[in-house]
Amino acid sequence: MKKHYTNARLILPNGDQPVEGSLIVDGDRIASVGQAAAGEADEQIDCKGRILAPGIVDLGVFAIDKPACHFGGITRAALMPDQSPVLDLPAMIKHNAVDGKPDFWSHPIAAATKGLAGKQLAEIGLMKRSGAKAVATGRQWIADSGLMLKLLQYCRSLDLPLIVHSEDAGLTGGAVATNSETATRLGLSSATAAAEAVSIARDIALVRETGAHVHFRQVTTGDGLNLIRAAKADNLPVTCGITPAHLLLSDIAINDFRTFTRLSPPLRSDENRLACIAAVKDGTIDVIASGHDPRGAEDKRLPYAEAAPGMAGAETLLALSLTLVRDGTISMGRLFELLATNPAKILAVDAGMLKQGYQADFILIDEDTPWQVDTRKMAAAAGNTPFDGLPVQGRVTAIYKGGRAY
Amino acid sequence: MTSQKTASSQTFPAGSDAFPHRHLLGIAGLQPWEILFLLEEAKQWVDLNRKSSKHVDRLDGLTVINAFFENSTRTLLSFEIAGKRMGADVVNMHAAQSSIKKGETLIDTAVTLNAMKADAIVIRHGSSGAVQLIADKVDCPVLNAGDGSHEHPTQALLDALTIQRRKGEISGLTVTICGDVMHSRVARSNIYCLTTLGAKVRVCGPPSLLPAALDRFNVEVFTNLDEALKGSDVVMMLRLQNERMNGDFIPSPREYHYLYGLTRERLMLANKDALVMHPGPMNRGVEIDSDVADDLDHSAVTEQVEMGVAVRMACLDILTRKSRGVEGWS
Repeated sequence: MKKHYTNARLILPNGDQPVEGSLIVDGDRIASVGQAAAGEADEQIDCKGRILAPGIVDLGVFAIDKPACHFGGITRAALMPDQSPVLDLPAMIKHNAVDGKPDFWSHPIAAATKGLAGKQLAEIGLMKRSGAKAVATGRQWIADSGLMLKLLQYCRSLDLPLIVHSEDAGLTGGAVATNSETATRLGLSSATAAAEAVSIARDIALVRETGAHVHFRQVTTGDGLNLIRAAKADNLPVTCGITPAHLLLSDIAINDFRTFTRLSPPLRSDENRLACIAAVKDGTIDVIASGHDPRGAEDKRLPYAEAAPGMAGAETLLALSLTLVRDGTISMGRLFELLATNPAKILAVDAGMLKQGYQADFILIDEDTPWQVDTRKMAAAAGNTPFDGLPVQGRVTAIYKGGRAY
Repeated sequence: MTSQKTASSQTFPAGSDAFPHRHLLGIAGLQPWEILFLLEEAKQWVDLNRKSSKHVDRLDGLTVINAFFENSTRTLLSFEIAGKRMGADVVNMHAAQSSIKKGETLIDTAVTLNAMKADAIVIRHGSSGAVQLIADKVDCPVLNAGDGSHEHPTQALLDALTIQRRKGEISGLTVTICGDVMHSRVARSNIYCLTTLGAKVRVCGPPSLLPAALDRFNVEVFTNLDEALKGSDVVMMLRLQNERMNGDFIPSPREYHYLYGLTRERLMLANKDALVMHPGPMNRGVEIDSDVADDLDHSAVTEQVEMGVAVRMACLDILTRKSRGVEGWS
């Protein structure tokens, strides 16, 4: 069964701007795409001039939350191993890999260590056989550098990327904020932002040693990004990501003890925020992800330091990221490299690009539709967004997974 | 009833314009005249508390709940006495006996207290921001009796009242606050209070116990107590918690005493009539030597406790004026 999507503005690989054209889907695969795409089709679908982009591949979510992902145009998400119980056994990978199918694919990430305790290696090879596309240290870093070295050697031999959390726990201790005037005023335990650069520096040294691919899931400081920029210049296999929160908010947002702004890593200074935007612009940052972690009142309606970290980010990911296009930081094409192409490459899945033979995962977008983020009306399992009340633009009007509309 | 004649009628705005806040959650954000109004109002209660009959019926029929989620003896007692002397029915809730231990959330506790129709709730909690969280959920005024490392407004007020009585004007004085500033709500509230009232504030402590970005607080920062003391009119020593003494933040109590303990010799570096203060309870021989703490020419430690009751009486009075229908308080 062939379907022909006409009158679309396509986001094509390596293209800066959308180009007018069409897309032909055969079964669950892309048969042909571009200005000249033509051929026999059983059905014609008029896209009415909307942007037709690859479905978003969200690298690092903490919950499979289909309604939120549908709203946000996310067709695949990599599920962090920080679950209860932790994804540290092959059976758990297998179970979570089918959760969400067929309209939404989740790629469970294997826990690097048993129980994510940072003490003993987990069965990464067996989890790869069960479908794990990557390995992660979870929301903590591995303090033991010897174990980290073995882990990287192991990941290298299995050809799996290791996704790391970059905060030296010795420096952060139990901190819930970055050292700043706001944190001191609020009397919140805070830590130096250098905790990030310290951990990145160590991990880069070990990448140099092992050749393993490390993806720094969230890099949020200028110093951390400088280290990654230098490592990339040395052709080391490192990539890094960020969430819209760290691009759009600084540590003053924690004022008034708003627990929806309690994130891990915590919000940084405005200076660091601007360094992150510069790094998105110059290509140092490879991925923008939602870090989706819906948390209800029982986790968030607490004193700040007792609240769980994390934000519901899936449905605002695209609209917030589009602000980078609107203010001229990046092109529309580059945005979808960050949201779809690069995360799919890191996971080594044939998605994230409008390319012949790839999975027909795509979305239609009206990039100008205005709407307002409203914590009470969100599709997500919980509305813990630090962007409550923000007027945004850009909305997904249709979502296709494996060639089928949902 | 004691005399209603206070300075407020002459020098402060009329009615609730003098203190237009529903709660007392912190000193940050208060205007200088609002702080001075609270201090002025407290003075009448200092006089009352020195009489043999220490009772007024101003809060007659009102219920004040002291909800203490963190252990406290002095502050709880001070609030209890303050409420009782004003004629209120005072009930104490201790965390150790409460359903918090059974897993009830703070919000549920707040809703429960609210349903019991308290007229004022005094809250102490170990977590910064917890008092504000409760205040947002209840219909009556909330007084912060200390939340985490955030604020302890009545302590700053009683300290200011003590300084006023011993030194006169606060404006222009040099006040040194020394100790574990990082974890101290007393230090924060005092920094706001004293800088707002025009004092020059110095902050001193080991670098491991000084919070970030202190330079943004309109204070001078020292790590050497001798230097900080030179020219000080008031020396405020903070309590060093036992659990921070054994290597995590400072190497040992004796090293702390060597570097930051207020000894007689050190006190000589300050101005001649320097006032010595401590929020209590004191670690004698650690942050303060006994001969300094007990020297009535310098030490205001017991006077601070006395002022505490008066300040808390004033706060309970002012915050309940609206619900009591006092004219001009809306």
